[in-house]
Amino acid sequence: MTLKSKTRARRKLALDIINHAALTLVAIAFLFPFFWMVSNAVRSNAEVTAIPVRILPEVFEWGNFAAAWTRLPFGRFFLNSAVIAVCVTLITVVVSCLSGYAFARLKFRGRETLLLGYIGTLMVPPLMLIIPLFLIVNKLGLVNTFPGVILPISFGTFGAFLMRQFFLSIPMELEEAARIDGASRLRILVSIIVPLSMPAIGLLSLFTFIGQWNNFLWPLIVMTGADNATLPVGLTLFQTQQGTQWNYLMAGAALSMLPGIFLAIILQKLIYNSIALNAGMGGR
Amino acid sequence: MLGKHTDMIARPRPRSRKWFRGEGWTALFFLLPGLIGIVLFLVLPILASIALSFTNWQLLGTPRFVGISNYTRLFTTDPQFWTVMRNTIFFTVEYLVLNIVISLGLATWISSLKIGQRWFRVIFFLPTFTPLIAVAMVWMLIFTSGGLFDSLMAALSLPFSGVLNDRTLAMQAVVLTSIWAGVGYNTVLFNAALDMVPATYLEAARIDGATAWDRFWKIRLPLISPTLFFGTVMTAITSLQVFDQIFVMTKGGPGSSTATLGYAIYQRGFQNFQMGYASAIAWVMFALIMALTALQFWFQRKWVHYDA
Repeated sequence: MTLKSKTRARRKLALDIINHAALTLVAIAFLFPFFWMVSNAVRSNAEVTAIPVRILPEVFEWGNFAAAWTRLPFGRFFLNSAVIAVCVTLITVVVSCLSGYAFARLKFRGRETLLLGYIGTLMVPPLMLIIPLFLIVNKLGLVNTFPGVILPISFGTFGAFLMRQFFLSIPMELEEAARIDGASRLRILVSIIVPLSMPAIGLLSLFTFIGQWNNFLWPLIVMTGADNATLPVGLTLFQTQQGTQWNYLMAGAALSMLPGIFLAIILQKLIYNSIALNAGMGGR
Repeated sequence: MLGKHTDMIARPRPRSRKWFRGEGWTALFFLLPGLIGIVLFLVLPILASIALSFTNWQLLGTPRFVGISNYTRLFTTDPQFWTVMRNTIFFTVEYLVLNIVISLGLATWISSLKIGQRWFRVIFFLPTFTPLIAVAMVWMLIFTSGGLFDSLMAALSLPFSGVLNDRTLAMQAVVLTSIWAGVGYNTVLFNAALDMVPATYLEAARIDGATAWDRFWKIRLPLISPTLFFGTVMTAITSLQVFDQIFVMTKGGPGSSTATLGYAIYQRGFQNFQMGYASAIAWVMFALIMALTALQFWFQRKWVHYDA
């Protein structure tokens, strides 16, 4: 190695280190709101609003997490959110697999037209349907009930389209053998196609679950009683007429974020791959 | 000739029965659960929403047909509507531009790293997976009067304080919050697209003496332009519907300086129970989404390359 190329390699390494360090600083700054949330969750409410602002609390009140949990029926909110998110996910997955199978494998008249209709509904913004959906739920007498929240948001058409795309990639020969043995279509779907489709099903479940865990407006409108509130709606109850309980609010907010953060970290590869799939098909 | 003739007569009969021939019934069995849900909770609401927007229904009593008066009231007499419309477009344009520029910048930066790419992706993605309400609440604390942001501004002797109570600055606080919450998805999306650019193209350009700047603008950007376009369209559609962060941080205020179409639908529909009027606003929002999407599709001819 010549002296010149050696200095060049060294300079390149230095630049690399600076590059990594700079982005690390940006990332730390980006994470600051999470830190701020926890830092304020463990002080007294007087200290949250005290001036001047302190970066770390003077007295750490770790009991705030427990206090926030008992102050409002927080365990109940957690459970409500979990029940709703899990039920919506289950219905979405089952319905999407059934419809996706019909679109991918069965021949029937009007299949292409119907599929086009399904894709067309993806263009309708959810916020637009909030009013008529509420009126339907109201008409069915389901306001402030779990079916009232769960059913209207469980039948999106995206899942059917996603599963169809995935099923198309599964070789036909696999199920033809089973058909010759006399297996029914449903049997084939359940015992051959579904086990092979776990990556797509996992993806659909993950994004449906997180979407519903974080959903705010729809549960806010349908769940009129405080006991049936979901976590995001429950959080707003810390803002009362008498003022905001900032420390409990931050403790509750931090707790509500845990499942999402946990899933994002442990499933980062799956999430990246699924988004990469979008990037690969981008606009096409 | 004769054969053709009988064929034409004979055909319609079996065809009309063919609807459920073969796999038709099986398909119906598989599709039915979804179809019932979709008709009840998607098709019916769409139709009901159109119908409602021509009535004056207030949730109680019977709806009365009022023709297009909801729409004329919106565009001519409602003093708030144009403010709401302007706020929505202002938010969408500013948020969209900032989101795309920042996420593209971060994505390019991350892809230039030798190690730790995936950890940086996870960090910027975290807010995407957490409740927007919780995100909005911590930013509300940061921006509250005498809070962290105000002390920071005081330390830098900059004249920005109490931004959430300021008619012009409140929207900027909402935009900043939304950027923090939403930039991660596009960052990962663009980063993935950049990863797919074949290294050989960049290597060849490097050998030909292209600078890093040239390689970005002339090779990587055109190659990821379909993904960039996809991200831009999706981001525009969601940002026109902005609601959660406004509900938490400003409730549309101060005055109506941060009220957007999404917030107006909630306010008119579920606080004032003007279901008909709110439905009309929803259709205006839909028209806006369609118009912006069409505009983007029209513009894409100028900058999106599909020939890769």
